[in-house]
Amino acid sequence: MTAAFSERPFAKLLVADAEGRVRHLPRAALGSLFEPGDLVVANDAATLPASHRGIHEPSGGDIELRLAGWVSLHDPARFIALAFGAGDHRLRTEDRLPPPLISPGDRLVLGPLVAVVEHTLDHPRLVRIHFTGAPADVVRGLARHGRPIQYAHASEPLAIWDTWTRFAAAPIAFEPPSAGFALDWRTLAAWGGRGVRFATLSHAAGLSSTGDAELDRRLPLDEFYDIQECCASAVFEAKREGRRVVAIGTTVVRALEAAASADGAVRPGVAIARGRIESGARLRVVDALLTGVHQPGESHFELMKAFANDDRLARIDAAAEERGYRGHEFGDSVLIERGGEAM
Amino acid sequence: MSHDFSLKGRRVAVTGGTSGLGLALVRLLSRRGAAVAFVARTAAAVERVARETGACGVVGDIGRKEDIHPIAIEIMWNLGRLDALINNASSLGPTPLALLGDTECEDLEEALAVNLVGPFRLTKALYGALAASAREGRGAAVVNVSSDAAINAYPGWGAYGASKAALRHMTAIWAEEAKAERVAFLSVDPGDMDTPLHALAIPDADPAELKQPDDAAREIVASLVDALPIATPALSSRP
Repeated sequence: MTAAFSERPFAKLLVADAEGRVRHLPRAALGSLFEPGDLVVANDAATLPASHRGIHEPSGGDIELRLAGWVSLHDPARFIALAFGAGDHRLRTEDRLPPPLISPGDRLVLGPLVAVVEHTLDHPRLVRIHFTGAPADVVRGLARHGRPIQYAHASEPLAIWDTWTRFAAAPIAFEPPSAGFALDWRTLAAWGGRGVRFATLSHAAGLSSTGDAELDRRLPLDEFYDIQECCASAVFEAKREGRRVVAIGTTVVRALEAAASADGAVRPGVAIARGRIESGARLRVVDALLTGVHQPGESHFELMKAFANDDRLARIDAAAEERGYRGHEFGDSVLIERGGEAM
Repeated sequence: MSHDFSLKGRRVAVTGGTSGLGLALVRLLSRRGAAVAFVARTAAAVERVARETGACGVVGDIGRKEDIHPIAIEIMWNLGRLDALINNASSLGPTPLALLGDTECEDLEEALAVNLVGPFRLTKALYGALAASAREGRGAAVVNVSSDAAINAYPGWGAYGASKAALRHMTAIWAEEAKAERVAFLSVDPGDMDTPLHALAIPDADPAELKQPDDAAREIVASLVDALPIATPALSSRP
């Protein structure tokens, strides 16, 4: 456990209800929230060590490749990735050197892995690559050579165990589905004891920030999700009974809403969540969202506009600031109920 | 209990899968149709067993903290989901066996790392996957391989016995806590078996008086099947 987590038991929770009221609770009180029959849905994606350092073979230059998206879920050979030049996470992403000039066919030697650039996409940092070699060797190389994507705000490097939520299962995320850090087994047991239901889906959370304003405007990239039959049935039942569906994190909102049909039922299976959810989006499934404290402009913040209008978000923001809520991946939490005014 | 029950559609991970009881488990589970991933330290042995059984081999050391998450990633990658984890890999501690007063601290630490902390870490890393399997109605179980040395005070078995006693008690506590998630935790004592580990501990034991690992594996798999729901729900194959 690194320092990022040492304060976790003392984290704060801001609860913003649909009527515009704001309450402050210790986050450990999450287990006492929600009513019997309500359904909490979390993202059980485990985080891959998605940062790979090595050499751009044609130029001999240093390169860091951050895996950012699947070309096909569960195919370990092909990825969308972001390339960075020399420097490390202690430099703000914004200040990192651009990568060496990359062309299709270039080989990148990343420890035991060799990646070949298939295309450069329409931005100098954004590439599509494939790893050479047998899939089992590629998985081994990805698991062992990679490091978790690091954050400049963290006081020490994150280890892979810092990036997994308690309930992490499917190793498909590139950055942690960080809202899930708010949940622990004690909370889940408390909900279970009170008849609050819990289900998970797997959503391949991608990069939260690239340090490049133009790229950041496009985030989140298209992301794969996998909704199991039992999660889809739990959503169906909750909706039928008029119970609330609570999403743990924006990735869960993206997956459930992408899979929703007009009547609020959710299609199980693997599919892709595309585009942003933002102000004016009509949510069919999710009634409340547990998330971090986000800054205006971030795609996470924009998504919150589907839950509350600008006025209510401004009041939430002011309340969080007044009480010193910490606003990064390992910080405090906000529970926001969808209000009538946001629709 | 039928002896030829099928484990088709079940996904099981086994540590210490290239020799002794672990190898017998990998062979039996694979033969019964389970999708199996096994972990062991030596690449050549892992490759040999993978070729023989068709199971997925993962090279890693349960006793090393840095290996746990890569191991978990490889297991989950290859199996897609996980219904059962069998923590079988074990360290004897000092060999030849030593009295506690003669046991180096490092030898005790190594026994604890492999027999207690390693199973704790790997179970914790895979607990989300096991709980997900339980929520999906497939059931989930963790089987921790224990020993009568966890209960009886055999002189010379201090490091091993103390670490296995701790594992056994951890299993019992986790079994209580995991009832909320419907994940079963079992501690099994396979008995004295004719295995490389036993030969290391008692080189002059008469193999004829020892249990065959295949027999112990059958008993363990039977307990595992008892701990999982009888009806296997429709299992979607991973894409």
